[in-house]
Amino acid sequence: MTDAIRFILNGEDVSLGGFGPTETLLDYLRLKRRLTGTKEGCAEGDCGACTVLVGRLVNGALWYETVNACIRLLGSLHGTHVVTVEHLAARDGTLHPVQQAMVDQHGSQCGFCTPGFVMSLYGLWLSTEAPSRADIESALQGNLCRCTGYEPIVKAAEQVTQARPSTLFDPLERDRTEIAARLWELRSHPETIVVTGDGARSIIPANLRDFADFLADEPKATIVAGSTDVGLWVTKQMRRLDPVVFINHLPELQTITADDKGITIGAGVTYTQAFDVLALELPSLGNLIDRIGGGQVRNMGTIGGNIANGSPIGDMPPPLIALGAELTLRSHSGKRTIALEDYFLAYGKQDRIAGEFVEKVFVPRPTDMGYFAVYKISKRRDEDISALCGAFHLELDAEGRVDDIRIAFGGMAATPKRARHVEKALLDQVWSWGAVSAVRDLFDQDYKPLTDWRASAEYRSLTAKNLLTRFFLETAGAPQELQRFELEEA
Amino acid sequence: MDKSTFEPKNTINGPMHAALKHDSAHKHVTGTAEYIDDIREPADTLHAALGMADRAHAEIVSLDLDAVKVAPGVVWVITGEDIPGFNDVASTGQHDEPLLATTKVEFHGQPIFAVIAQTRDQARRAARLAKVEYRDLPHWTDIAGALENGAPLVIQPMVLKRGEPETEIDKAPFRLQGRMEIGGQEHFYLESHIALAIPGEDEDITVWSSTQHPSEVQHMVAHVLGIANHAVEVKTRRMGGGFGGKETQSNQFACLAAVAAKKLGRAVKFRPDRDEDMIATGKRHDFLVDYDVAFDEEGRIHALDATYAARCGYCADLSGPVTDRALFHADSSYFYPHVNLTSMPLKTHTVSNTAFRGFGGPQGMLGAERMIEEIAYAVGKDPLEIRKLNFYGQQGSGRTLTPYHQEVEDNVIARVVEELEASSDYQARRQAILEFNENSPVIRRGIALTPVKFGISFTMTAYNQAGALVHIYQDGSIHLNHGGTEMGQGLYTKVAQVVADTFNVDIERVKITATTTGKVPNTSATAASSGTDLNGMAAYDAARQIKDRLIDFAMRQWTVSRDDIEFLPNRVRVGTEIVPFDTLVRAAYYDRVQLSATGFYKTPKIHWDRTAGRGTPFYYFAYGAAVSEVVIDTLTGEYMVERTDILHDVGKSLNPAIDIGQVEGGFVQGMGWLTTEELWWDDKGRLRTHAPSTYKIPLASDRPKVFNVKLAEWSENAEPTIGRSKAVGEPPFMLAISVLEAISMAVASIADYRVCPKLDAPATPERVLMAVERLKAM
Repeated sequence: MTDAIRFILNGEDVSLGGFGPTETLLDYLRLKRRLTGTKEGCAEGDCGACTVLVGRLVNGALWYETVNACIRLLGSLHGTHVVTVEHLAARDGTLHPVQQAMVDQHGSQCGFCTPGFVMSLYGLWLSTEAPSRADIESALQGNLCRCTGYEPIVKAAEQVTQARPSTLFDPLERDRTEIAARLWELRSHPETIVVTGDGARSIIPANLRDFADFLADEPKATIVAGSTDVGLWVTKQMRRLDPVVFINHLPELQTITADDKGITIGAGVTYTQAFDVLALELPSLGNLIDRIGGGQVRNMGTIGGNIANGSPIGDMPPPLIALGAELTLRSHSGKRTIALEDYFLAYGKQDRIAGEFVEKVFVPRPTDMGYFAVYKISKRRDEDISALCGAFHLELDAEGRVDDIRIAFGGMAATPKRARHVEKALLDQVWSWGAVSAVRDLFDQDYKPLTDWRASAEYRSLTAKNLLTRFFLETAGAPQELQRFELEEA
Repeated sequence: MDKSTFEPKNTINGPMHAALKHDSAHKHVTGTAEYIDDIREPADTLHAALGMADRAHAEIVSLDLDAVKVAPGVVWVITGEDIPGFNDVASTGQHDEPLLATTKVEFHGQPIFAVIAQTRDQARRAARLAKVEYRDLPHWTDIAGALENGAPLVIQPMVLKRGEPETEIDKAPFRLQGRMEIGGQEHFYLESHIALAIPGEDEDITVWSSTQHPSEVQHMVAHVLGIANHAVEVKTRRMGGGFGGKETQSNQFACLAAVAAKKLGRAVKFRPDRDEDMIATGKRHDFLVDYDVAFDEEGRIHALDATYAARCGYCADLSGPVTDRALFHADSSYFYPHVNLTSMPLKTHTVSNTAFRGFGGPQGMLGAERMIEEIAYAVGKDPLEIRKLNFYGQQGSGRTLTPYHQEVEDNVIARVVEELEASSDYQARRQAILEFNENSPVIRRGIALTPVKFGISFTMTAYNQAGALVHIYQDGSIHLNHGGTEMGQGLYTKVAQVVADTFNVDIERVKITATTTGKVPNTSATAASSGTDLNGMAAYDAARQIKDRLIDFAMRQWTVSRDDIEFLPNRVRVGTEIVPFDTLVRAAYYDRVQLSATGFYKTPKIHWDRTAGRGTPFYYFAYGAAVSEVVIDTLTGEYMVERTDILHDVGKSLNPAIDIGQVEGGFVQGMGWLTTEELWWDDKGRLRTHAPSTYKIPLASDRPKVFNVKLAEWSENAEPTIGRSKAVGEPPFMLAISVLEAISMAVASIADYRVCPKLDAPATPERVLMAVERLKAM
């Protein structure tokens, strides 16, 4: 056991102990290291002014991703390479092509959001060879600019694609082999790390077994994977957490596999990691994931965490419930598997007993006769929390009758919930406009939604009904959902 | 600075009218541009946090701060009684805005105390430990509630009247009454408020403040400390965005930091959390517009009577001039033969609303555009036809007089609209949309072209003045300072261009320096789009004086006539001799020529009599127009902006790159106001949309998918402004009205364009769907 984490900050090896479990990367950078290029705009992972890159080894390859430093906790950085805006320009002051493009296109006005945009564009440029407009807008979903209207920033992204990464000027390309070796060394002798600071402990378990053992001893520990939710408990509610156990580094939880039966997603798989597999298997789910948070949040946040925290407005549970997903919970003494929908007991209450953690979720594949769609409704299209999120999974028999239908909504009740009355009324009916329009009002028996700042109860109820209409029209072959980019453009 | 001063070249870097980059662009992209939170703190700097009320309207029965005072790291807790001078930060001198509430709270989140602690984290934690006992009083947070409760007005209303609206309104063939709700808007500058106060000797104090109005912060700090203005220096190098939100709202943070710094003899930094910033600072005013309009079969307006009621919050702040400007723009671009306009600045138990880009103008114009729409649907025409029919005319047309009795003398709106209508292919696209909608049951499209005419000048005539200070040092390098502040709009760049152009030297020679009350006093807020008009002219005045002295010196030294002296790029021709600029400067120094000057400018021609509702409040008008096309989903109310074309008038642009940036940015910000940005208070009077997780400003993926923005290159200001340019900060904001009206057209398709959808703002997906449902039921 050791008492310090080790990571690389720009070019420097850092060994860091004595920090509290709620200390954020942003405060560390700005207050302890005076790396003030990284800004605080909101301290909740929504504005992107604090965007930095975190490099980590994934299946042996060094992979850099944008993250929000404001909600990234220090304990999650062991064995990573943290890259801030200060690392980009050459030592002689020559701007990196990403920075130069922002200057050339007049991409900054007040400049406060600019370092964050530079880092997001840099992350895109490193990961995507010839990004489409859709790729660019997706990469910028987690960055707010209030001055420019974004047009020059998108133009900068387009300009920079003409200069591909090269070891001649790009620090991460230049040092890639060396950094990978250093990170490999940091990870090569895993042992559990316990950092004590500010009177509280951060636990970085060496492996899944250590994690389970630790949780058995300290079942009240806060489990942190992506910290996209816990980060706000810290920055906004100022909660003191002790101990905190970090699991984002555990490879055992990071596997995602697809076979004939379905897809198995480890609890530590981020949205970004899951996207490629899920978008291929279930395009509608891919579209949904692209609208969850910004890129920085998707690079940190995990599907397991979205389930485990039991939010009534989490976007993953409705589609997974509609698909009949199963959840595996594990503890020191064993594991059990339950239907995902049974995990959500009541508002803020889940079927997770002391010492248990979410290990994986299994998503059965719809049949060839099946239709699946999920629709997210929010005030703003991207990077918004759903007013409601509705998922539909329909299986028809050979005569076109409803063999099985599962409808699940988020934002309509205290938990993600199925529309049992609607489902029951549709069962065995011929899937037709007549049948669909006849059951619309049964949604009122399934859901009594609330009015809040995201939407009124009336809007939620009406839209839930209309989404069934949309689903029907789409199964009849007429795509209705507004898409900013046609598939070929994307 | 460029040392190779003698380069015989034909042009300088950065003259007026060049598309120069923002002066800080290089620092922005490298993260080296210094904002106040990035300044290296003096040793032992303390940090502050607000203690905020959790009632919307209540008497404070008792305030128990014991737990706060003994919390870890706490050094001091400030209450209203600890203010050494006046516990008052009312910017217009009404004494209705305490720095800290003492006996009564009037909005949820109102500051009651401030905690000073060793760290910001400690201050924030301690601020939550107060025990406050309240006696609740009745509260209302919106305009409807204010009207129901007979709420008082925060300031005397304004009336603009011309002609005989009372009688004429009955004479026209048609008449209709309507009402529109218009929502407010959070500024969401990316850098939240911040102040760093550093105490000096005697009564002196220096305050770094993220403010658009350093002079007002200076006066407020002095007022709160009970000291003379001369003891306070306020500095601002740059803001991370302002948009009006840092015109008066910076005062509270600067004053609290200053009070603590003087009391404790240590530097104090005050940086509120984003949520605290959004809760404790004012926003754009919500409006409720009631109009009663008379018109003929063609859709020509004969008479109008309208009332503009506003949610002002608990005190006046800038609500007087904001509601005034709403009335000044209730004509949009239209001539009203007979008109009566009344403002109603209502008190509500919410944070006091304040300046925001457009300053009431957008709400004034939006009411007018809704009225135009209603008329268009009533007479069955394309709203664009009604718009054109009602435009102000040219001189001599008898249709040039505004409701405030100012002649519109520089009208180019017809030309702007005509050119844009053609370049955007408006008519053909509208026809295609009408056909599309006939065959599309769920997805509908809409298109709208809307005009902008915006009056330029502070309506408070005294604010239309500015000062500048220019030095040339012996090496020929130039130090520039003026009263304007840089919030991203490129003011510093443009004014530096003016100075470089005046001396005909490369702009690299001109050092742009932080705005400070110690160099240029008694400045106005950088607001009302006036920054370049005022400070550009003041800087020109200063530079011109020094240039005249250099010319006089050269005439003496070389015994030549004035005509023999010519300022070439980075050098001066004196007779037949070519003298490098810095050589001339050094020689002038040895001849004891004063190489420093203050410049001053005041806008000519303007005057305003508010009581009479008459005068010439504006020096000139800026114009523009936009066409937007949208697509909506009639099952959910979701929408997207497919394309926007803009033609905007900035006169002869001082810097086309910066001006295009203002147009694009203003448009998208305006679009946010009218679409996804919704402020939502609960029944306890709590603002529940107080962070970007709940308050949604536009993203890159919300901007128009096709975005064609052009400046009217033929335009020159009819008035002798700096370089014949026009103000650009606010006018483009209102181009976004085209988006709302395009959504409205898409909704109108549901009832075959027979009924005006009466879409209120912001047109969230919910409002769009509910409008669709209303029309379906008809």
